Amino acid sequence: MLRDITLGQFYPTESCIHRLDPRVKLGGTMLYIISLFCFKNAAGYLLAALFLALVVRLSKVPFRFMVKGMKSILFLLLITVGFNLFLTPGTPLVSLWKLQITREGIILAATMAVRLSLLIIGSSVMTLTTTPNHLTDGMEKMLRPLKIFRLPVHEVAMMMSIALRFIPILLEETDRIMKAQIARGADFESGNLFKRAKAMVPLLVPLFISAFRRANDLAMAMEARCYRGGEGRTKMKPLLYTRADYLAYGVLVFYMVFSITAGRNTFYVLPWK
Amino acid sequence: MKMIKTDKLTYEYIRRDDDGNVEGITTAVDNVSLDVDAGEFIAILGHNGSGKSTLAKHINAILNPTHGTVWVDGKDTSDEANLWDIRQTAGMVFQNPDNQIIGQVVEEDVGFGPENIGIPTRQIWERVEESLRAVGMYEYRKYSPNKLSGGQKQRVSIAGVLAMHPKCIVLDEPTAMLDPNGRKEVIRAVRALNDVEKITVVLITHYMEETIHADRVFVMDRGKIAMEGAPREVFSQVDKLKELRLDVPQVTLLAYELQKRGLQLPNGILTVQELTQELSRILAERERK
Repeated sequence: MLRDITLGQFYPTESCIHRLDPRVKLGGTMLYIISLFCFKNAAGYLLAALFLALVVRLSKVPFRFMVKGMKSILFLLLITVGFNLFLTPGTPLVSLWKLQITREGIILAATMAVRLSLLIIGSSVMTLTTTPNHLTDGMEKMLRPLKIFRLPVHEVAMMMSIALRFIPILLEETDRIMKAQIARGADFESGNLFKRAKAMVPLLVPLFISAFRRANDLAMAMEARCYRGGEGRTKMKPLLYTRADYLAYGVLVFYMVFSITAGRNTFYVLPWK
Repeated sequence: MKMIKTDKLTYEYIRRDDDGNVEGITTAVDNVSLDVDAGEFIAILGHNGSGKSTLAKHINAILNPTHGTVWVDGKDTSDEANLWDIRQTAGMVFQNPDNQIIGQVVEEDVGFGPENIGIPTRQIWERVEESLRAVGMYEYRKYSPNKLSGGQKQRVSIAGVLAMHPKCIVLDEPTAMLDPNGRKEVIRAVRALNDVEKITVVLITHYMEETIHADRVFVMDRGKIAMEGAPREVFSQVDKLKELRLDVPQVTLLAYELQKRGLQLPNGILTVQELTQELSRILAERERK
């Protein structure tokens, strides 16, 4: 059944990483990604990989789920590696027709591959251990200072959580409309891409109409329950830092200092620099 | 003090064409004056387009009258300053259960109203628990609303309104999209609120069976109140109800037809039980003769 789909890629289990405040995880992921772009030698990447392995281990999410996220960007990864491999000028090693592989190219391509993989796995740790709801909450709270620039932070977070709530409903509706149209002879499966795209029109029109109708109803229901934006609103489940969260922040800072000093230290500089 | 009072309430929908010119005016509610006492259970009946939903939306200040006045708990609904007070006093449950649940978990949805009116966190939890218990949905508090049946979803919606501690609940066709079991569930929950919590209930529906427990029934037709009175009084006028395109409960209809054929039955029989009682009384009398 469509209504049973899980949103995002949350992996439900109990672990200390799951229990962390979403703000810690969001901030941590951000810092981790920044750290990946600071390294100048292999030692940094090694540290980053070790740190990530530790976090993955703590999160109790099977490693194959992490790799699943990699699949979707495999193509992008290959292109990046390819470009770096063939188009970096330097000392040529192998020449194939017009392309040549240089020493610098190999090193750069390898660095890129490692960096991208760590980046993807690092951010999937966050999405795998945090419910979408928690993520929106965390984002709302973290971005609150942006309010002084008149950014509607609360509203955006509310829209995100409503969107998450309505995805399964709209999916179900799509399914229903599709069946209704098939019953009347619509054909969604045969023909070329253009034909199939055209066949989607009788699906999209009713879907949009119903989505607008739902939005209208929902807005009315929210107003009837005294919703008037973020001002003066309290939270049923406020985000509160616990000792574990502070500890996690500490670990993060330690990791940042340690890995970046190691990663930028010219003492370990590998042959190419 | 009256819980709800309307005085010569009129609401007009203005239809415009693409250029914004007025094409026509539809009077959805026409000169309606009614009073509802605190703690009363009233039902508003009417076929589609009779103006009953439009009337309901005035009680929650979603719509403002074109002419006339509506007071809820003594407050004028057209006064902007009263808006949030009124919405807290008179909660509203709508027809489509999917389109009024905001939370992704049952308990979060029930907490939405109290969050909006700035209740401290700990009290929100108390209110959520108490409201979910009142509608018998406490065991489902951790569920996703998508996994509930229609009747359960409507009960969650009612709990969501209840958590704001309203004095009055307006239900706008809460059972129209439910199956018979779901309908029973919801009506039972609504009656319990009225009996136990003494909350004023305004139930809008086109199922007559749901209104037999009401203190008073209003029948609307073309924006006007066509009939008014206790359910028994209203339902005894079968011909007039048929004229207003309403389906009389089957038992009442049967009793009415039997009466026409000469059986000595009282007017306005509402339940199967009543009818069986009356019929066995008549049979017993005949045997004696």
